[in-house]
Amino acid sequence: MMASGYNAKEEDGHHSGAPGNGGAGAVKSKKPDNTAFKQQRLPAWQPILTAGTVLPAFFVIGLIFIPIGIGLFVTSNNIKEFEIDYTGIEASSPCYNCAQNYSWNSTSSCTCKVPFTLEQPFESNVFMYYGLSNFYQNHRRYVKSRDDSQLNGDLTSLKSPSKECDPYRTSDGLPIAPCGAIANSLFNDTLELYHLSNGTRTAVVLMKKGIAWWTDKNVKFRNPGGNANLTVAFQGTSKPVNWRTPVFELDPNDPDNNGFINEDFIVWMRTAALPTFRKLYRIIQKKVDAPTLASGKYELEVSYNYPVRSFDGRKRVILSTISWMGGKNPFLGIAYITVGSVCFFLAVVLLIIHHKYDNRCSSADIPN
Amino acid sequence: HRVDSRTIYVGHRPSTTEAFIPPKFCDNRIVSSKYTVWNFLPKNLFEQFRRIANFYFLIIFLVQVIVDTPTSPVTSGLPLFFVITVTAIKQGYEDWLRHKADNEVNKYPVTVLENGRRMGTESEKIKVGDVVEVNEDETFPCDLILLQSTRDDDTCFVTTASLDGESNHKTHYTVPDTEKDLDSLSATIECEQPQPDLYKFVGRMHIYKTDREPEIRSLGPENLLLKGATLKNTQRICGVAVYTGMETKMALNYQGKSQKRSAVEKSINAFLLVYLCILVSKALVCTTLKYVWQSKPGQDEPWYNQKTQREKETNLYLKMFTDFLSFMVLFNFIIPVSMYVTVEMQKFLGSFFITWDRDFYDPEIQEGALVNTSDLNEELGQVEYVFTDKTGTLTQNNMEFIECCIDGFQYKYRDAVSELDGFSATDGPVSKLQEKAGKEREELFLRALCLCHTVQVKEPTGRGQDHTDSMAGVDGMEGCPPPHEQTGFIASSPDEVALVKGAMRYGFTFLGMESKKMKIMNRSNAIETYDLLHVLNFDPVRRRMSVIVRSKSGDALLFCKGADSSIFPRVRQEEVEKIRVHVERNATEGYRTLCVAYKKLSPEEYARADADLQAARLALQDREEKLIAVYNQVEAGMTLIGATAVEDRLQEEAAETMEALQGAGIKVWVLTGDKMETAKSTCYACRLFQRGTELLELTVRTLEDGVRKREERLHDLLLEYHKKAVQDVPPTKPGGSRGWSKPSQDFGFIIDGASLSMVFNSSESSSSHYKNLFLQICQNCTTVLCCRMAPLQKAQIVKMVKCSKGSPITLSIGDGANDVSMILEAHVGIGIKGKEGRQAVRNSDYAIPKLKHLKKLLLGHGHLYYVRIAHLVQYFFYKNLCFILPQFLYQFFCGYSQQPLYDAAYLTMYNICFTSMPILAYSLLEQHICVEVLLDNATLYRSIAKNAMLRWVPFLYWTLLGVFHGLLFFFGVRFLFGNPALQANGQVFGNWSYGTIVFTVLVFTVTFKLALDTRHWTWINHFVIWGSLCFYVIFSFFWGGIIWPFLKQQRLYYVFAHMLSSASAWLVIVLLILLSLLPDILLVVLRKPLGPRARQVGYITLLNYHVPFCIHGDL
Repeated sequence: MMASGYNAKEEDGHHSGAPGNGGAGAVKSKKPDNTAFKQQRLPAWQPILTAGTVLPAFFVIGLIFIPIGIGLFVTSNNIKEFEIDYTGIEASSPCYNCAQNYSWNSTSSCTCKVPFTLEQPFESNVFMYYGLSNFYQNHRRYVKSRDDSQLNGDLTSLKSPSKECDPYRTSDGLPIAPCGAIANSLFNDTLELYHLSNGTRTAVVLMKKGIAWWTDKNVKFRNPGGNANLTVAFQGTSKPVNWRTPVFELDPNDPDNNGFINEDFIVWMRTAALPTFRKLYRIIQKKVDAPTLASGKYELEVSYNYPVRSFDGRKRVILSTISWMGGKNPFLGIAYITVGSVCFFLAVVLLIIHHKYDNRCSSADIPN
Repeated sequence: HRVDSRTIYVGHRPSTTEAFIPPKFCDNRIVSSKYTVWNFLPKNLFEQFRRIANFYFLIIFLVQVIVDTPTSPVTSGLPLFFVITVTAIKQGYEDWLRHKADNEVNKYPVTVLENGRRMGTESEKIKVGDVVEVNEDETFPCDLILLQSTRDDDTCFVTTASLDGESNHKTHYTVPDTEKDLDSLSATIECEQPQPDLYKFVGRMHIYKTDREPEIRSLGPENLLLKGATLKNTQRICGVAVYTGMETKMALNYQGKSQKRSAVEKSINAFLLVYLCILVSKALVCTTLKYVWQSKPGQDEPWYNQKTQREKETNLYLKMFTDFLSFMVLFNFIIPVSMYVTVEMQKFLGSFFITWDRDFYDPEIQEGALVNTSDLNEELGQVEYVFTDKTGTLTQNNMEFIECCIDGFQYKYRDAVSELDGFSATDGPVSKLQEKAGKEREELFLRALCLCHTVQVKEPTGRGQDHTDSMAGVDGMEGCPPPHEQTGFIASSPDEVALVKGAMRYGFTFLGMESKKMKIMNRSNAIETYDLLHVLNFDPVRRRMSVIVRSKSGDALLFCKGADSSIFPRVRQEEVEKIRVHVERNATEGYRTLCVAYKKLSPEEYARADADLQAARLALQDREEKLIAVYNQVEAGMTLIGATAVEDRLQEEAAETMEALQGAGIKVWVLTGDKMETAKSTCYACRLFQRGTELLELTVRTLEDGVRKREERLHDLLLEYHKKAVQDVPPTKPGGSRGWSKPSQDFGFIIDGASLSMVFNSSESSSSHYKNLFLQICQNCTTVLCCRMAPLQKAQIVKMVKCSKGSPITLSIGDGANDVSMILEAHVGIGIKGKEGRQAVRNSDYAIPKLKHLKKLLLGHGHLYYVRIAHLVQYFFYKNLCFILPQFLYQFFCGYSQQPLYDAAYLTMYNICFTSMPILAYSLLEQHICVEVLLDNATLYRSIAKNAMLRWVPFLYWTLLGVFHGLLFFFGVRFLFGNPALQANGQVFGNWSYGTIVFTVLVFTVTFKLALDTRHWTWINHFVIWGSLCFYVIFSFFWGGIIWPFLKQQRLYYVFAHMLSSASAWLVIVLLILLSLLPDILLVVLRKPLGPRARQVGYITLLNYHVPFCIHGDL
């Protein structure tokens, strides 16, 4: 409404001047160049989010998210998970005695047997996790207490570990391998699973490979001087103070799973994000003809080595099947369903509101 | 104690008897550089760390080095180092350029006369007292007193283009009657100590001769050749150096202006304080909770996580303190270094768009806009008051002689009619038909016009053409326009040129001046010569100028021209009335009027005047005052001959520009030195006053009603106007900060200089009261006109408004030296590259060729820059809040152990690489509304008024958004990690995967948030936004793909790749990004009915849905 004449004039000047002045502008040094960039006239896409564009988007989001959410929820629900707490806090717990009588010095391990019943059979691969609660693997002092170059097989670091490993750097004057608090506190309960049927006690075969990230096992973690003859390679180093065996005896039967590349060790070395966490322990391979774990009675045999009572911790064993989205977690499904419904609901509400206003200012929505 | 004057021995020759002690002066080396090679590092670092932000980051860095902190010193050291280095390199480069320029000046070869020999030397070796020789087209190496010129008339011509931009030739004079032989000249010069005013100089020269008493000559600015000026039209001159090196007037003028800070910067500092509080409270909360948590048994030092010996031994309180510092370091990214860098870069680069704008290019002067400071770009969008000069700003300062009146008879020049004598009497309302004044009076009047001025005839340049021929031909050819019309005149004021040209039309031509003789050609084409005896220069206080000439007949004549108010009291009263009517009528028509008077001086009178003038000119102290006293004494008892009217046409599109400014809610005040009537008519012409505007006048005229004293009348008038304009006006709608609807009645306020000084200087008690009343009245008027203002009063008014309640942003625009004070005083000073020299331009923050460019500068550039930088600032705080909040929340889950959530590389790179470029591109290129629309709808400017986008409400909105995002990112992933087995092969994720997922969501969300706000997608925006995201992904692969030998921990080894292999991670990332952006999308939709202005208003009226109007979105 104001000064429209002025602007039209200026516009004219611009367009008429634009084509002819390219060359002339170059001659006159002080005249600004007539480039789109310098004149702030770069061609631009000017999207205007209007109800007209957003409402369909909301509908579409709703329509996509709700099915995904339902799918996720169903997937998660189909995952079978069984969890046993074997900490032994209550007197009735089978591991009560082991937990009470624990001492670092005992050389023989205390064994306890925890019976449990699977109501439903577990199909496909079953993954066995151990879980710890109130264990701060993400404490800063703990997280940094490692020497990755030592773990990568670096010989200098083997003999003189990083300062970050303190106070688990040396013991009796010898460098500790692997050094640091994480390695020192390696989870060392041994868990075995037995199927009880018809009075017989058959051990379930537990795979201990394939539980660590491939890149960790093959690249990040390496034994010093190759996998052969670890005893020699680790000579001149001391075992972590809380360990019963030196690192080269973690799995003496399998040279590909011994020393730093022991998968239980690697899994432990990946520090958990939260104080309550689970770590993959074993994998039970799918059987061809029968369910991997048939319903029925089972017994978990624990050699109880890992003390958690001092910090109010809990120890669990989790048996779980896995889907394409990982372990059981209803969160994603619920979240997707919720967001999808909210979008859908908003779309409906907005549509109603907008319809009202559309009548009053019909011109406002015309995008160009 | 400093001596008031210095004594210089010309050529270092001791004068007569006194013992010669060579005085010490500084050498002629110009040092504009700040640093030397040796002190660069310490001095530069010291200066950089004096900035509060840099100092803060230095402290953080030092804490990281000293205390065992969660992040390595590199994370904050690297950005700081980068910033410091870049700044140092920039400043070093600038200093190197200065060194180079200095050297060029200092090593310039000059010729010094030493005991009769000409010695070549370097400029820096010149000492005070040296006699220096300068050739044509050379610049003067120091301030010189002109002793000798090769021109016959003992003058030389100089341009001061590099000093003040005035490219006309100025005449300088040698010291009168000095020896032609400089070798035998024995003289001392006594002059004031160096001072920066280019146009002031007082000195005295004592010339000693062996057989006579020493002679004394006065020295003024006309004898002083300034360093930096160039010699023109003169073969060679010799001068004695009086000021050298850093004491020259040029060097003294280069001391920087005080820096202006923008309102946005103040907002940034306020926000910074808030964030600093958030930071400190976060650190305090964490520290407290840490010790609460640790007090539970088994938590502080479980068996698996023993402390080192040193940690155990540390004192508890010291540990608490270092813990606090560690948390500070962990969260310090909330206040990013990069924001300062980005803001600086945005301002620096953004100012180029103003210089590049072709709309600001003026083909007439072949120049575009000039940006002297880039700090104030966004202030252009916040202007509430515009103070404009009239002459040269609202008007073109392109004077055209319209008419004159001689003895009460009106003469109007008509271009179309070419009467032989050029005269034609019009049938104007006042003059009587065909009646003319006596021929004698006519000629006297025209002679006065021809003589009473300081105009120079432009010398023919080397091209020659047919100028010399036509000079000869003038005598013969009658009726032909004399060549000078084409050649042109040069004068400091265009009025004078207009008058001289006007006289030429009536047959009296000023031919030029030769050795103090003025030549004019009269109607019968005979050449008359007059000796120019004295020029009583124009000054704004006296508002008149005079010359004293001696005619052929030997009479000393004084011609005086000036403003009516300054002439009328000095002439015989019976003549005044006849002419007053003309003057007033002309003034109301918007013409500039001058009255011309003359006086014949008797030989005695002249002798006395001459002596007084000489004495005053020789005075070393209070010369100005003494001169004015003498001038006043001489210019008295004159006879009024007539008056002239000169039209000063309005600037192109002045009215449209003013209308647009008013539409934008800007109040326009016109501050002028001109007369009320002239100024008022200009205001009407510019549509500042409209027909319906009720004018409230507070001028000498309204104050004098003859009955009461002025003071009482002032009091009454102020109260009356206050009642009218302030109290009786219905209050504007509450909420609307500046009132969207126009008040029903427009008021215009007019005040003149005399009344203003009464308001300001009335008795102690009432002064502040009056000032208050005055201010309130003014603020309620759409336009205020202040006429008859002295430069200082202009600045006073600006200051008064600037310091009033709400401290509104003021802008001054002017073109002349008299506007400099108000340009410097206002928040934003704008100079017009006009005709009155370059002083205004030099002192301004922005300079534009024409007034009409002000519209685009404010409504277009100013608006855009404000929106850009406001968004930039808010976005920066937002993105760092949602960056750090998850890290803070993570402390609750990691035993308050200061464990960082993100890897150090991400912490460092977040602000430098991943999120910096899109916002920089946005803040340079965004046009949320097209410039054309902004210019068409001036009201849009009101929507960002009063710092609308950087007030607490929008800040709160952004902060809440940041908090919302931060919470969402953290807890979304937290719930996902309820079961960390997220891979299809059952393997689990650790803490670094957690952080990486959060970080990925974060980077994508903040980038998309910006994309959502971007209304103007050029290819650069596309490139930078998508490029940043790609860079993040590629960098993450790269960073996690290699075992880096220099890293102590390979935390991120293949973490990113594993994350991407997990379907759950993808799902949660998509979900969280979408959920984060949902409120924003929702707001956009809800805001939509507001129309195109929605985006600016939207931040204030977030969910304001019921706006009763809509605007066509004709983008």
